Amino acid sequence: MANTPANRPLSPHLSIYRPQIVSISSILTRITGNALIISALLLVWWLLAAATGPDYYATVNGVLTSWFGDLVMALSALGLWYHFLAGLRHLYYDSGRGLDVPTAERLGWACVIGSVILTVITLIIV
Amino acid sequence: MRYLTARKRAEGKGSAGHGAEHHWFMQVSAVALALLTPFFIFIVGRALGAGHDEVLALFQRPWPVLVIGLMLVVGLIHARSGAQTMIEDYLQGGRRKAAIIFVTVLVYLLIATTLYALAKLAL
Repeated sequence: MANTPANRPLSPHLSIYRPQIVSISSILTRITGNALIISALLLVWWLLAAATGPDYYATVNGVLTSWFGDLVMALSALGLWYHFLAGLRHLYYDSGRGLDVPTAERLGWACVIGSVILTVITLIIV
Repeated sequence: MRYLTARKRAEGKGSAGHGAEHHWFMQVSAVALALLTPFFIFIVGRALGAGHDEVLALFQRPWPVLVIGLMLVVGLIHARSGAQTMIEDYLQGGRRKAAIIFVTVLVYLLIATTLYALAKLAL
């Protein structure tokens, strides 16, 4: 009994799994959340530079506002807004609501589209 | 009649003895971070690229210091917990331990640096 190999189906087979908005929006939450650690690192570097002095600040501020720095910061804003919306969705799910398939699919699209809209608004305002 | 809530009964259970602690902590910190995020994005978005004098003036005011400080401290502890869950899902054994130690050290290093920089800027 103890040595009997478990003959159970393995799940999920990611390679043959049809991408769905609920699964994509779930993994995006994890990806954005962990990527934001890099964004935090850059922001802390910028804070440290500002606290150190004008010369070091000019260097770091120049890096973060170069075209590549702007791109990384814009993606950070997108990631933060996405994680923000997905977190609110998670809290809503945790209350036991929104778990039926049509609502869950709508909420997934709301996170994706909403984060893009909020990022565009952010880039216009700041 | 049971006086304990469902969460109270789940606390301390589970193979690691942490029960619902992680879930509850993530919920509490998520609410705090959700409230902070709009202010944080606005303040940081405006501050990035500003001159050094403007940045020094910004951090003389209490509100930007408190928002950025709270967002980074609470956010990084929230991130440590989330990153640990990810590591536990994908890595085993020694690599798992090494990755969790690395993330923990990185997060507390970033928190300490944040507090140092904000204190130096504000005082």
